Amino acid sequence: MKEILLIKNGELALKGLNRRTFEDKLIKNIRHRLSGLGRWEYTSSQSTIMAEPLDDGIDMDEACNRLKKVFGIAAFSRAAAVEKDLGTILSCAGEYLAPQLAAAGSFKVEAKRSDKSFPLKSPEICTSVGDKLLQTFEHLRVDVHNPDIIVMVEIRDRYAYIHANQIKGAGGMPVGTAGDAALLVSGGIDSPVAGWMMAKRGLKLTAIHFASPPYTSARAEQKVHSLLRQVAEYSGRINLFVVPFTEIQERIQENCPEDLFTIIMRRLMMKTASIIAKREGCGALITGESVGQVASQTLYALVCTDAAADMPVFRPLIGMDKEEVISISRRIETFDISILPFEDCCTVFTPKHPRTRPKLEAVLKAEDALDVEALINKAAESSKLVVIDSE
Amino acid sequence: MEVYLDNSATTAPCEQAIEAMNSVLRDNWGNPSSLHKRGMRAEAVLEDARLTVAKELSCRSEELYFTSGGTESNNIAVFGTVNAQKRRGKRIVTTSIEHSSIEESVKFLESQGYEVVRLPVDSSGRFSEKDLMRAVTPDTVLVSLMLVNNEVGTFQPVEAARRAVNVAGSPAYIHCDAVQAFGKIKIKASSLDVDTMSVSSHKIHGPKGVGALYVKKGLLLVPRTYGGLQEKKLRPGTEPMPAIAGFAGAVKALPSPSSGLDQVGRLRDYLCYEMERMGGIIINSPPNSLPYIINISVEGINSEPMLNYLSEREIYVSSGSACAKGKKSHVLKAMGLSDDRISSALRISLSRMTTFEEIDTFLTALGEMKNSIKPRR
Repeated sequence: MKEILLIKNGELALKGLNRRTFEDKLIKNIRHRLSGLGRWEYTSSQSTIMAEPLDDGIDMDEACNRLKKVFGIAAFSRAAAVEKDLGTILSCAGEYLAPQLAAAGSFKVEAKRSDKSFPLKSPEICTSVGDKLLQTFEHLRVDVHNPDIIVMVEIRDRYAYIHANQIKGAGGMPVGTAGDAALLVSGGIDSPVAGWMMAKRGLKLTAIHFASPPYTSARAEQKVHSLLRQVAEYSGRINLFVVPFTEIQERIQENCPEDLFTIIMRRLMMKTASIIAKREGCGALITGESVGQVASQTLYALVCTDAAADMPVFRPLIGMDKEEVISISRRIETFDISILPFEDCCTVFTPKHPRTRPKLEAVLKAEDALDVEALINKAAESSKLVVIDSE
Repeated sequence: MEVYLDNSATTAPCEQAIEAMNSVLRDNWGNPSSLHKRGMRAEAVLEDARLTVAKELSCRSEELYFTSGGTESNNIAVFGTVNAQKRRGKRIVTTSIEHSSIEESVKFLESQGYEVVRLPVDSSGRFSEKDLMRAVTPDTVLVSLMLVNNEVGTFQPVEAARRAVNVAGSPAYIHCDAVQAFGKIKIKASSLDVDTMSVSSHKIHGPKGVGALYVKKGLLLVPRTYGGLQEKKLRPGTEPMPAIAGFAGAVKALPSPSSGLDQVGRLRDYLCYEMERMGGIIINSPPNSLPYIINISVEGINSEPMLNYLSEREIYVSSGSACAKGKKSHVLKAMGLSDDRISSALRISLSRMTTFEEIDTFLTALGEMKNSIKPRR
């Protein structure tokens, strides 16, 4: 008896003629995540993808853990693939599902027959399998309304599949189907969550991190690597660009009013990020900003930073409370990394009293003291690529 | 050239330690508890190591227990004591500048209903004998004091503890965390008159993963770990023989305390003289502290950029205890230093392997650094 994975697409079925493209992308993403465990064969029909292990001893538990993190999957099951023969189905159902059935009190059988050449109709399959299970497991009773366990029998092209207990998938859209966007990542709690949320909507992530040696340490950059490795379990491979930002920060400190330091710095980050994003084929920026969280994220400040980007800026956390963000960061296991105590570039030159209601005009005027174009071009050009992938 | 000035965090293993470890790993890899000859050969190494470390503490070898290091030794002493004295009282006296392995242990006990008194320190980082005398009461069960502070190097008047305990008529055991002092000054367990004392191997050019606890003969501690008969059941588990042999090798290689102090003292004096000449640097360690540890504040500049700047140049110092991983120093706070001075702190810690050349490289980089790093607002 062979065990396979039956994977149900999420919203994909809605996508009409594009469905094929979406499904291909999803298979590609699944392939990327599962390939480390061994060789697999993928087939798909009727909004179900079947992943069949080709090697012996593939760790199916680990495969399921990984699948839980692939966007675009609504649900999946581990299933036994058996010959399309009633006798085989009857003997395998009890054997394959023995542990679950032993633990359950009541059950029902559901059957789906997409191969209409199979001699029994669905209700007949249900009756036969139900009878057989009742004989084998004497403690079981049938409950069609509220069963502890639903035994599914699907008769498809190549095999009959027997399974129970669907596992919920990550939902969302396959990464890569919505285009590319560049995530500004600092090392705090918010940006990894923002990246995760946009990857869930099918965006492929590029990441941009601003480093300010010696004010920030090699460990702070390492921390960003670890955070993104965690996100990459969901989003797939991420190209990270580490931008040297010390000179820009020093120039701002020397030439601009102290209370505008942060806002001007963030504007220059947006500008630098826009250059890299465009060069890398990204159509938008993603930040972890949330209204009112800190001085640089008041509405007035956001107006100023927004004006610096020349592409849309996605801020998925904009209306979330810190607690809500933290609960996601715990779920995607970035929280414990985020709270490591290394300084990131945002905290180094922080003014004692930043302006919370900056006016764009005044900010632009203050910026005139800098050769912005030269500074951002130089920073973007000297950025260093690090390719981040899940283990 | 790498300049390693973070010897209070850990030290480079010396040749004698490496050799002793290799020989145990290659040839003498038996289990000292085995009854056969290979076991007996291993046991001989174990007992020889015990004797070697015991000699360094001027105690008897049966008073010495091997552990996994300073932290475990401190934990066994603290919990072993309070659990042995359960019915005698629930008060602990310690200082406000202990290592995290003591502080976190007593903080846990505090949450379990113990009363913990943390003695304040003066601006030199030293607690006063008077405060200690007042703090110890008849229901005090543990007095835990460090011998040399790990961040500033200040000597503590640990020898005053016995009188405090006697005067109060207290049943307290006296524990001494001697991790930073061990191998650097002459320590005599009996004249210090403490009941338990922790030491560690990797601070004196031995391997990590091994330390020892001195327990005065006749004293009863309740174990924290249960298992076989090893270390007289106080610390069961098959002994990490390579590490223990390396520990003993490192102890054998120690110079006499006076010659070590003299050599490192000259390095310290030179370093401090040059830093004072440079200006903008405050030396936080008191002049009569252990010369191996020099704590400074560089005016206006944060510790982390300094560490990063120096690290880029392969010069390694720290901002405080490595066990605190960059958190603000509770020791400097207890000494009453301003927040600015605490944010600007660097700990330079020397060893007998440190050279004048290394000090010069460090000084040059320090001077350049002061001109290139932006001061904090």
